[in-house]
Amino acid sequence: MQSTTKIILRPWNAATLILRTTIISLIVITGYAFTTFNTRGVDFWAGVDMLGSNFQALLLSPQLKNITFVTMVHNLFITIGLGFLTTIFGAAIALGFALLAAQNLAPRWLTVIIKGLTAFIRAVPTVLWVLIFAVSAGLGSVAAVLGMTFHSAGYLIKAYAESFEEIDHGTIEALKASGANWWQIVFQAVLPSSATALLSWTFLRFEINFSTAIAMGAAAGAGGIGYDMFMASGYYLNLHEMGAFTYAVLAFAIVLEAGATRYKASLSK
Amino acid sequence: MHKLDFFTQKRLSFGLFVVVLIVLTYATIIFTEYNVAKGFTAIPKAVRWATANFYPDAASLKKLPTILLKLRDTILMSVASATVASFCAFFVAILGSQTTRINVWFSVLARGIATIFRNIDVSAWALILLFSFGQSSFTGYFALFFVTFGFMVRVLIETIDEVSTDSVEALRATGAGYFTIIAQSVIPSCLPQLVSWVLFMIETNIRSATLVGILTGTGIGYSFDIYYKSLNYHAASLVILVIVLSVFAIEAISNRIRRAVL
Repeated sequence: MQSTTKIILRPWNAATLILRTTIISLIVITGYAFTTFNTRGVDFWAGVDMLGSNFQALLLSPQLKNITFVTMVHNLFITIGLGFLTTIFGAAIALGFALLAAQNLAPRWLTVIIKGLTAFIRAVPTVLWVLIFAVSAGLGSVAAVLGMTFHSAGYLIKAYAESFEEIDHGTIEALKASGANWWQIVFQAVLPSSATALLSWTFLRFEINFSTAIAMGAAAGAGGIGYDMFMASGYYLNLHEMGAFTYAVLAFAIVLEAGATRYKASLSK
Repeated sequence: MHKLDFFTQKRLSFGLFVVVLIVLTYATIIFTEYNVAKGFTAIPKAVRWATANFYPDAASLKKLPTILLKLRDTILMSVASATVASFCAFFVAILGSQTTRINVWFSVLARGIATIFRNIDVSAWALILLFSFGQSSFTGYFALFFVTFGFMVRVLIETIDEVSTDSVEALRATGAGYFTIIAQSVIPSCLPQLVSWVLFMIETNIRSATLVGILTGTGIGYSFDIYYKSLNYHAASLVILVIVLSVFAIEAISNRIRRAVL
């Protein structure tokens, strides 16, 4: 009999052990999760069965009933507008605070405080910020804009600060050595060399804010096409109308994604 | 014509960019009828209100066990949807990536379906799925599932193309079959990235699940909604505190795993 020395292809080490443990835990948790689902008397297979015909009604025969096409487009642009406005406000706030949160530009204690605060702001889902502001401002666009701006600022402060920290340390040192003050360093070195990164992050946040604006229309009375969807789903129970709104939202989201992909491709050239 | 020097040109184009942004912002404010003055005055009002009412008190602490039970539901749903959706997405990504696809048209189809799934917002999915599954956990589960699936197909296609192109070519040159290549090269080389993305989606899904819960009446979002609507702000603030702590905990765990695995 031929004796073979087995070649160990993937040696056991901490990384593979943790990887396997993670995968097994995820599978076990998933299995357990299915036993805890609250069915509320809904039959799963009947629901899956209905899903096919519902998708058919949604995607193959979209039809407006309670609002006109012009109103729908108008409401879509309200949602886009809310996304745009909160991105601009958030970016303006973030630009200032990110300079104070970047480790190469601000004292350590200040960066720790700001980063901690933004971590807290980001951990609270946007919809809850909107609802918190709605108590004093009332449900509507004011609360939605404030809540979404808040969350956007928290997100962008982190993203911007990390972009600032990535720039070449030598540039800042050279400027410092030549006697430039803090403002000169920021405007002549930090902002110009991180401009494309800042733009990419801001655009990504605009994509997120567009989706969030739909959600705020549905869940927090912010108006726009999200509210129309909420009415079609919860009040009129009209899947055909829902289909028309879905196509409208999808069209803009795909345009955004295509724009982002193109922008990325032009950067890497 | 006199040519402007480099710095003047740069300054001019930057100035134009800022002016366009300001005009667009102003036009949007008018179009959406956003009340700027009210927006500014609402901030100090909200702070005053929050410091006076929005903190957990002794009575709300008694609701902690109920809240934690709902939190468990939300976390379990996030993990389950992220895990199953990523598993399905991995197979579709293998069939859709340039390195391992069997057929160009299938690749186009896979990418197209993924684009539709991820670009319909999770709240819209929830509203659509309410028609099929009503106010049960299935609605939220599938809403998170579809969005995760669409997102994961996209990033996994990129991962496969990035990580395993060379090794797939090497195995192909030795005459290995398609399934051998997948099992011996693609899956092992992508697994760490895949797990890292699953963890990222779990974090995202917990936040989305809160929103979906408000719309479908399940999980921690529903707890918040009930306390909020019954003006029990102390309990509502406790819900937020619990969400923040759990998001921090899950981020810490996944950062640990990521550091060990990648």
